[in-house]
Amino acid sequence: MNGWLQITFYLLALLLLAWPLGLFMARVYQGERVWLVRWLRPLENGFYRLAGVNPEAEMGWRAYAAALLVFNGLGLLVVYLLQRLQGWLPLNPQGFTAVPTPLAFNTAVSFASNTNWQFYGGETTMSYFTQMVGLTVQNFLSAATGMAVLVALIRGLARQRVSAIGNFWVDLTHSVLYILLPLALLLALLLVSQGVVQTFLPPQTAVLLDPIFEGDEHITTQHIAVGPAASQIAIKQLGTNGGGFFNVNSAHPFENPTPLSNFLELLAILLIPAALCATFGEMVGDRRQGVALLAVMLIVFVGFLGTAVWAEQSGNPRLAALGIDQTASASQPGGNMEGKETRFGIANSALWATATTAASNGSVNSMHDSYTPLGGLAPLLLMQLGEVIFGGVGSGLYGLLAFAIVAVFVAGLMVGRTPEYLGKKIETFEMKMATLVILIPPLVVLLLTAVAVSLTAGQSGATNPGPHGFSQILYAFSSMGNNNGSAFAGINGSHPFYAYSGGLAMLLARYWLILPILAIAGSLAAKQKIPTGAGTLPTHTPLFVVWLIVIIIVVGALSFLPALALGPIVEQLSL
Amino acid sequence: MSKKSKPTPKKELYRRALRDAVIKLNPRHLLRNPVMFIVEISSILLTVLWLLAVVGRPLENDPPAFIGAIAAWLWFTVLFANFAEALAEGRGKAQADALRRTRTETPAKKLRQPVRTAVYDTIPSTDLRQGDVVLVEAGDVIPADGEIIEGIAAVDESAVTGESAPVVRESGGDRSAVTGGTRLISDWLLVQITSNPGEGFLDRMISLVEGAKRQKTPNEIALTILLAGFTIIFLVVTATLLPFSLYSAQAAGQGQAVTVTALVALLVCLIPTTIGGLLNAIGIAGMDRLIQRNVLAMSGRAVEAAGDVDVLLLDKTGTITLGNRQAVEFIPVNGTPPKQLAELTQLASLADETPEGRSIVALAEKKFGVQANGRAAAAEFIPFSAQTRMSGINLNGEAIRKGAPDTIAAYVQAQGHTIPGEMETAVAQIARTGGTPLAVAHNGRAIGVVHLKDVVKPGIRERFGQLRQMGIKTVMITGDNPLTAAAIAVEAGVDDFLAEATPEAKLKLIREQQSKGYLVAMTGDGTNDAPALAQADVAVAMNSGTQPAREAANMVDLDSDPTKLIEIVEIGKQLLMTRGSLTTFSIANDVAKYFAIIPAAFAATYPALTVLNFMQLATPQSAILSAVIFNALIIMALVPLALRGVPYRPVPAAQLLRDNLLIYGLGGLLVPFVGIKLIDLLLVTLGLV
Repeated sequence: MNGWLQITFYLLALLLLAWPLGLFMARVYQGERVWLVRWLRPLENGFYRLAGVNPEAEMGWRAYAAALLVFNGLGLLVVYLLQRLQGWLPLNPQGFTAVPTPLAFNTAVSFASNTNWQFYGGETTMSYFTQMVGLTVQNFLSAATGMAVLVALIRGLARQRVSAIGNFWVDLTHSVLYILLPLALLLALLLVSQGVVQTFLPPQTAVLLDPIFEGDEHITTQHIAVGPAASQIAIKQLGTNGGGFFNVNSAHPFENPTPLSNFLELLAILLIPAALCATFGEMVGDRRQGVALLAVMLIVFVGFLGTAVWAEQSGNPRLAALGIDQTASASQPGGNMEGKETRFGIANSALWATATTAASNGSVNSMHDSYTPLGGLAPLLLMQLGEVIFGGVGSGLYGLLAFAIVAVFVAGLMVGRTPEYLGKKIETFEMKMATLVILIPPLVVLLLTAVAVSLTAGQSGATNPGPHGFSQILYAFSSMGNNNGSAFAGINGSHPFYAYSGGLAMLLARYWLILPILAIAGSLAAKQKIPTGAGTLPTHTPLFVVWLIVIIIVVGALSFLPALALGPIVEQLSL
Repeated sequence: MSKKSKPTPKKELYRRALRDAVIKLNPRHLLRNPVMFIVEISSILLTVLWLLAVVGRPLENDPPAFIGAIAAWLWFTVLFANFAEALAEGRGKAQADALRRTRTETPAKKLRQPVRTAVYDTIPSTDLRQGDVVLVEAGDVIPADGEIIEGIAAVDESAVTGESAPVVRESGGDRSAVTGGTRLISDWLLVQITSNPGEGFLDRMISLVEGAKRQKTPNEIALTILLAGFTIIFLVVTATLLPFSLYSAQAAGQGQAVTVTALVALLVCLIPTTIGGLLNAIGIAGMDRLIQRNVLAMSGRAVEAAGDVDVLLLDKTGTITLGNRQAVEFIPVNGTPPKQLAELTQLASLADETPEGRSIVALAEKKFGVQANGRAAAAEFIPFSAQTRMSGINLNGEAIRKGAPDTIAAYVQAQGHTIPGEMETAVAQIARTGGTPLAVAHNGRAIGVVHLKDVVKPGIRERFGQLRQMGIKTVMITGDNPLTAAAIAVEAGVDDFLAEATPEAKLKLIREQQSKGYLVAMTGDGTNDAPALAQADVAVAMNSGTQPAREAANMVDLDSDPTKLIEIVEIGKQLLMTRGSLTTFSIANDVAKYFAIIPAAFAATYPALTVLNFMQLATPQSAILSAVIFNALIIMALVPLALRGVPYRPVPAAQLLRDNLLIYGLGGLLVPFVGIKLIDLLLVTLGLV
């Protein structure tokens, strides 16, 4: 009961913050001189002068895509080089040497593509310099890239008979300077107030009060990893990145120490993806359209959340068979507490698990591998739906818009008209591109999982036998193939196979979605807007919301049901 | 054509469709349809597996009979889809054959100079070229499409229109086009040929009704892309299931991996075969429905565009009103008794053969029972002339004149009389209500006014109401003055009107609407309509119209009925709705098929999964077979719907979507559960599994 109250409170707080933020973002992207913009305008113009960019010059979709690819490619290269060269670079108190090639490649792709999958342990692999200059910077830029693509698509819908969809550099700068940086700064300070560490000191050594023996060795001290964590964690949550400073991510007491820090980090996961719905409605000139999409996200989210909380709270039937009490009471949280932090309990762990996989965040505050099969199925399927339920900042909503285009197409035919979305005719080109967007993630996930289970290298990744091992592999590729980055803790990624195949999955899932989306943006921008009338299919009604949900669930379920049957479903049925 | 030509017997139609269904198994034909192509490949694969099993070298341990049964039903799936397409084509083919029979080579009298008296050479019609001038005399068949440059004649066009009543064709004006293959039954014509051999109207008609030149329409292509997308996903879903299941069997240390037969069955059940198999048939049937209503669409694109139309431009005369003004009231002035006014006006109109004149005679008879025929014997009729702009009668020294109020006023004043104020009031009153006042004078004295009124066609107002509900705006085009136009617009219930319309104004109106993003449809027949017809998105030319009008339009109505535009819009919408609804149905079906096949396919690896078999299908094999049989039979079951189209009702889009989602979405979800269970029960009862 308490858990549900907390969840309700969370959702209300989210909506109350997201809506005004979204409207603010709409004004920023439309180039209005709102308060923050007025103050920082000189700084912004300074950047453009430095980079030799003309902020007034708008781009067609091809130029926009080219700028984006070059920029992301450079970012990828920088992160790769920083990892390889960190031994010679400053701020490396632990004296880490170069990150191995496969791992460095995987991590570079991971952070450039806003996936932030972690095959590495942050505190045991990366220097402070690599974390700050490489990873944290990419946390901002990859998030801003997603937002820029979304804004370009929204412009495509809102404009008519033009070829330009905006200027990539301006959209990128606006996203970082006026939205991500201020929010991250605020959140970092709040997190520090809760005890999240932010320091350049090397790991601290503590003398154990109760020394232990490991074999013959008498252990009397413990090294406690610290570092500039708060600054990275803030943007990791806000930018749906998810790559933690420490290996165990937000389950670590220095990354997420208190219930309040947990609440703030949870809010930060969904804040911008939810707010972008409002931005969308505002920019296309019909807020109801934004509300409808937000409703789609919320309804699916709550459905999965309910399943996860219920499954986890119900506990493990095998334990119940042994006479172990798993009901919640004043003295214990009850349910399946394996892999969960006692300071968060069932509700906040399941809420995080659902939020982090609904949005393509991927940070964790509990170990999804230890969830009940059904409880683990919720995050798994949420990723497999294509990361469109909130999804990544920008990428979630543009993915959802691709689904909306397909939904509008089929529904539009059913009312006897060439389908239109927001007054734009959906024709062959848009269908081609939208189909690509919907097609690529499941193909990447299924094909790479199939390769993995067929190769010894891939099979070695599963640390559990039977269906659970299969779930682990499927989860890994579902996560990377949808740019989520959440990990089922069990997978063993030490083999270069996972580093390379995962890198490939992340690249395909990111850029082979961005390109078709920008192509749609360009094609829609050139079209004439058709006035709406009684013959037009309304896309803000509850009926359309339900229809869109059905399309998303059916495409996701039809693509993955057989695979899920061999993983979590059979696991659950065998309990 | 369709109305009169003898329909091909049903049995013959089916026989031909069956034969064509087998011919269409040619993979090169199926390549155009990715979904059915995959099914055919699957059928071949399973047939090979079955043959191997029969000769005792099985690749897997499914019983040969099971593999054979699945293979057979997959072949049926392809055949059923081909049959649907062949059946849809069949009707058009029969009509094309009938048309072709009228197209025997005819001799043409090619003139050396374009004058009636010039010498002509008799050559075969196939040697005629554009620009040649031929002489056609009574009894001749017009050798090719052309424009009349001289002459007037009655033409029997039943070969094209199916209407046996001859029509008059003459040079100049809006009835100057003739169609090759029609027959002259009187007089003679000089015809300038406008089309080369094989490119004439009849040739185009034949290829259109045959569907030979049918190209996929834009929406059809977009839908095919979506269906191909689904097909690729399901191809990968089933293909990856093999390694998944091998791994699972190995990891579980028990059971066997899924068989190829089960996977292929799953694949065919999942890919959207229902819509994929019926898509072509739906398109062909849509064109055919137009042909049934005697409308020829020059492209499928035009039919589809008809469903998208936002604005209908309708000519007032003939479409909205009955075509002519009718007398509705006599208003006497100067103290003339009403009956006398009626009598005198009737007398003056006896020789007036215009519809207005006849309506005056009828009204006088109806209202006052007057029949002045007898008195008119000795009368001298004064016909309407451009100089006097009046008509009337001189009888025993009495002069009765009728005409436009200003003309009569001038006439009356010239005779030394004055126009009473009450007449001016009456005239103004009539004009204000959109009517046409006709003043009447007797012996130089004004005696009254006749109220002539456009009579709106019965039921047209309701029709426009329906169109409004569908979100379509109607605009009335008329040459009347704005006042008259406004009154009729209100009475007919159109949304807008264009008064004093000129061809330029029409064109401008269309461009204006299009620049706002609206799709415009219109009808027309005259040469001066051609620019507007070319500009409109959906343009229907009357078959009675001129050649330029027919060239500019993208549809031709053989019945020359402008009201048909509304039906054309409905057919366009129906076409799209049928596609959308069957797509939804097809995809919704997959859910049940999953629940039938997944537990069955993996029962050997993970027995725990049998819990998902909540339909309680007898055995894994019966489950898979039932799903495949259902998948094939549903195509056959939906053939009539595909050919007839989803019923269309003029309601707003939101309501239409709700209804169709309930029927085809929810229905598509539930029907296969019932169907598969029933087939399973039947298989068990018959002892086949």
